Amino acid sequence: MLQATDLNAIRAIITRAKRWDLFFSILGVLSLMVGVLTFTVLFVDMAIQGVPRLTLDFFTSFPSRRAANAGILSAWVGTVLVMLVTALSAVPLGVAAGVYLEEYAPKNWMTDIIEINISNLAGIPSIVYGLLALGLFVYYFGFGQSILSAGLTLALLILPVIIVATRESIRAIPQSIHEGSYACGATTWQTVSDHILPYSSAGILTGVIIGMARAIGETAPIITIGALTFIAFLPNAPFAGDPPAGLFDWILAPFTVMPIQMFNWTSRPEAEFQINAAAAGFVLVFMTLAMNGLAIYLRYQLRKNIKW
Amino acid sequence: MQIQTGLDAGVEGALLKAEVRDLDFYYGAFHALKRVSMPIYDHKVTALIGPSGCGKSTLLRCFNRMHDLYPGNRYAGGGIVFHPDNTNLLAPDVDPIEVRMRISMVFQKPNPFPKSIYENVAYSLRVRGMRNKSELDDRVELALKGAALWNEVSNRLQELGANLSGGQQQRLCIARALASDPEIILFDEPTSALDPIATASIEELVTELKEKVTILIVTHNMQQAARISDFTAYMYLGEMVEFGVTDQIFIKPQKKATEDYITGRFG
Repeated sequence: MLQATDLNAIRAIITRAKRWDLFFSILGVLSLMVGVLTFTVLFVDMAIQGVPRLTLDFFTSFPSRRAANAGILSAWVGTVLVMLVTALSAVPLGVAAGVYLEEYAPKNWMTDIIEINISNLAGIPSIVYGLLALGLFVYYFGFGQSILSAGLTLALLILPVIIVATRESIRAIPQSIHEGSYACGATTWQTVSDHILPYSSAGILTGVIIGMARAIGETAPIITIGALTFIAFLPNAPFAGDPPAGLFDWILAPFTVMPIQMFNWTSRPEAEFQINAAAAGFVLVFMTLAMNGLAIYLRYQLRKNIKW
Repeated sequence: MQIQTGLDAGVEGALLKAEVRDLDFYYGAFHALKRVSMPIYDHKVTALIGPSGCGKSTLLRCFNRMHDLYPGNRYAGGGIVFHPDNTNLLAPDVDPIEVRMRISMVFQKPNPFPKSIYENVAYSLRVRGMRNKSELDDRVELALKGAALWNEVSNRLQELGANLSGGQQQRLCIARALASDPEIILFDEPTSALDPIATASIEELVTELKEKVTILIVTHNMQQAARISDFTAYMYLGEMVEFGVTDQIFIKPQKKATEDYITGRFG
């Protein structure tokens, strides 16, 4: 009899304690919804406004004074080329820096200071990078208001993201694998190229794409270095035109990018341009989501064969 | 160090492969090995026993300079003299990579690389610059046979090493350590993560391997040391308490401390 009473008491305690589980899970769902719902509403609203505008002409037309004729040709080509320069410069630099810090750097106060600085770099407002780039790339190196300047600026911006992602993926490799390689008589470089880089490539790639997804939407630093807001021509394709363009002539061409094109249209008073802006925004978000999707897919593919 | 009486029978005909001489080692400020001395005999199995934290793994990892990978570790005196060339493995001018090319290691937990079975074994050969496909094939087969794994994996060499069972993974790691024809193989508690059947097969393998190579093994399991080793060293608190022929250490230890540990009164 006494035992039965005890059992009821225990059940009451459990029920009371479990209320907190319920409370917290409701709180958690609500917190989650704030972010997810906000984005969904924004995205759906943009899609409703913009999707009807997404005809082939929209992608193959230059901006125009008349909203119905305006398109995003120069913007998306500019975005793709700037991203290309960003990726080609930021990935080798970021991965090399990350590998150096993890595998080669002596553990001393100098390295500590460098590490703290890298974390700080990730928190610097992007417009400050724009100012730096204006002085350094546009004027000092004389690259002008070009695709090269913009690509390098965004590369600086995402460099800390790539370095941190590289270091974290390297640290995720078990110490025993690391020691196993050295115990076979491998040098540090052999260990890095045969083990560290292949095993961490999935994580590095994820970091790179997340960095790129951030860079694709950056507007402030690009405006700071003086990207044009209205541009009705494309950079010269290699070997096209008369006289034929060089392989890398496009790199010094003036350009615009998607977020600037959007910004330009939203600042117009006409309602038609707002629809263009929504359509461009939809394309931009789609590009970002596609990049994230690619990151997830590649990570899955690369991790399939890696088991510790 | 002075080789103790009663040892002569076991030492007869055995050549010295290496000698630890008055070795001092520090992890930062912690004095982990205190003037440790011991001989390693050629083509024999030498076991290092002692309670946790006594420095047996630390001593083992001196042999392939694993300590060099981490900052703060310091060889502070003495050395390990390798025969017949009389090289001091711990001398600052001796490249740790050279040492690791001569002395390979099998770790506590099987640590195959996330590569194929074939590539796991071939890796020790690749770092030595071997590129010839048929030569690699031959050496990989030889090593897998030496590690008693060939029959189980010969038809699936391209599968991931991680797909093997724990005992097979450990034999794969032994094949990797064996492939490069090392002079000594170090075993750091190689069976502590394995079940009794896999343990028995690894123990059998170790006794077979001494035909080809000198073996130094750290073990927590005293029966294991008694079963497979020719010589046993008992360490305690960073000091070498007693070294001798295994039978003598287990039947008639010279020191009271060794006897207490072996009979289970301590440790």
